[in-house]
Amino acid sequence: MRAFWKYLLLILMTLVILGGLIPPIVAYPKNFFEFPLIPGLEDKARIIFFHVPTAWLTVLAYLIAMFYGIRYLKKKNIYDDMKSVSAAALGLVFCILATVTGSVWAKFTWGSFWHWDPRETSIFILLLIYGAYFALRSALDSEEKRARLSAIYSIIAFLTTPFFIFIMPRLMIGLHPGSLEIDPATGQIRASANPVIKFQMAANMRVVFFLSLTAFTILYFWFWNLTHRILKLEYNSQKEI
Amino acid sequence: MKRAYYIFYKDFSSELRMRFALNALIMFVIVAVSTILFSLANEKVNQNVYAGMFWVVVFFSAMSGLSRTFVSEEERGTTLILSLIANPISIFIGKFLFNLVLLFFINTIIAFLYMILFQDFSIQNWDSFLLAFILGNIGIAGSSTIIAAIISKANVKGTLYPVLAFPVLLPLILMLIEITKSAMEGNPISDVEAELMVLISYDIIMITASVLVFDIIWRD
Repeated sequence: MRAFWKYLLLILMTLVILGGLIPPIVAYPKNFFEFPLIPGLEDKARIIFFHVPTAWLTVLAYLIAMFYGIRYLKKKNIYDDMKSVSAAALGLVFCILATVTGSVWAKFTWGSFWHWDPRETSIFILLLIYGAYFALRSALDSEEKRARLSAIYSIIAFLTTPFFIFIMPRLMIGLHPGSLEIDPATGQIRASANPVIKFQMAANMRVVFFLSLTAFTILYFWFWNLTHRILKLEYNSQKEI
Repeated sequence: MKRAYYIFYKDFSSELRMRFALNALIMFVIVAVSTILFSLANEKVNQNVYAGMFWVVVFFSAMSGLSRTFVSEEERGTTLILSLIANPISIFIGKFLFNLVLLFFINTIIAFLYMILFQDFSIQNWDSFLLAFILGNIGIAGSSTIIAAIISKANVKGTLYPVLAFPVLLPLILMLIEITKSAMEGNPISDVEAELMVLISYDIIMITASVLVFDIIWRD
């Protein structure tokens, strides 16, 4: 069964890398392997296959960390805390990756590395939350206290995310797809008409995109499985000594 | 509820008896405001900068003052006695009320200093500013009380506090800055209705969640 997932991941990742990088981007796609041109994005559109999955995994990792945190609070099983912390550690890695790929993309499409667009703000907050989570963990020495308080902190910090994900993008002006902009004619805030912001993926791009999401999610679970098993082994071997 | 009031009263009177913490906090506010005063003294800056600067000072004075409620219990070793005489919910509410009063006191001083020291910090629409001020204080007090409870169990209390509280308080502070900007420009209160709604929901969510999880933090 394990070998099955590994081979599946190998195939999917190969498909995603080839499918993301090889197909030419043309103005009027005729063949199924050609991506349509998006004005203002051109070849830079390809990074979407790698940027969005990292951002998605950042959020998924946080949810898993919180889920196992709550489970720890209920059952007081230290292995749940290990699962929680290894999920968060990987989440931090993907959070950094999402920030870096995003700001590289921003540099070449919007002109500078950082814009304080609502989505950029929210990934920044997530980065801060992850940072604070690990800072808190390192400041607590007893194992039980560390597990308990970091689980509680992850719950409290999670409560702010609806504000960033659902509310602020509707109150602020942004650059990501689905954002608002100021209508130059009337000065009112409206749904954006900019081709980059309005952009919808073509069907063939969407296939690669969802393959990429699946592949990255499997990759994440594999990493996570390895890291929390390593933590468990370390813990057990220390107990034996 | 009565217990909560007693805890509030205990903190309040012990704070009045040994005023050093309060005095230090007031000095902190004065120092922070004068730093901003020096850096902006002869500059002609956009009015909006003051709205942000105001809440920056509020945030950092809250961070230097509000962690004391739980940290001092932990330092004096009175946590156990406290948990004997009252149930967790009333402890949390008592501490929250104390922080709320402290925050109102400190923030009124900050607002007053800003009004007399910066000519450009002039509120045109008092309704929206006062509403934001009250709701903001409730929210800041709620989140900082629960974070203070977490922090009191950690080893490095002072530095960790703003680190943990900042991401939690950020949505609140961003909204407060927006409302203050709008109040300084004299826009009607209906312009910031959505932001005020966010403040109210934030306050309710944070205080409810804090009451729910405080029990787990408190029971060692």
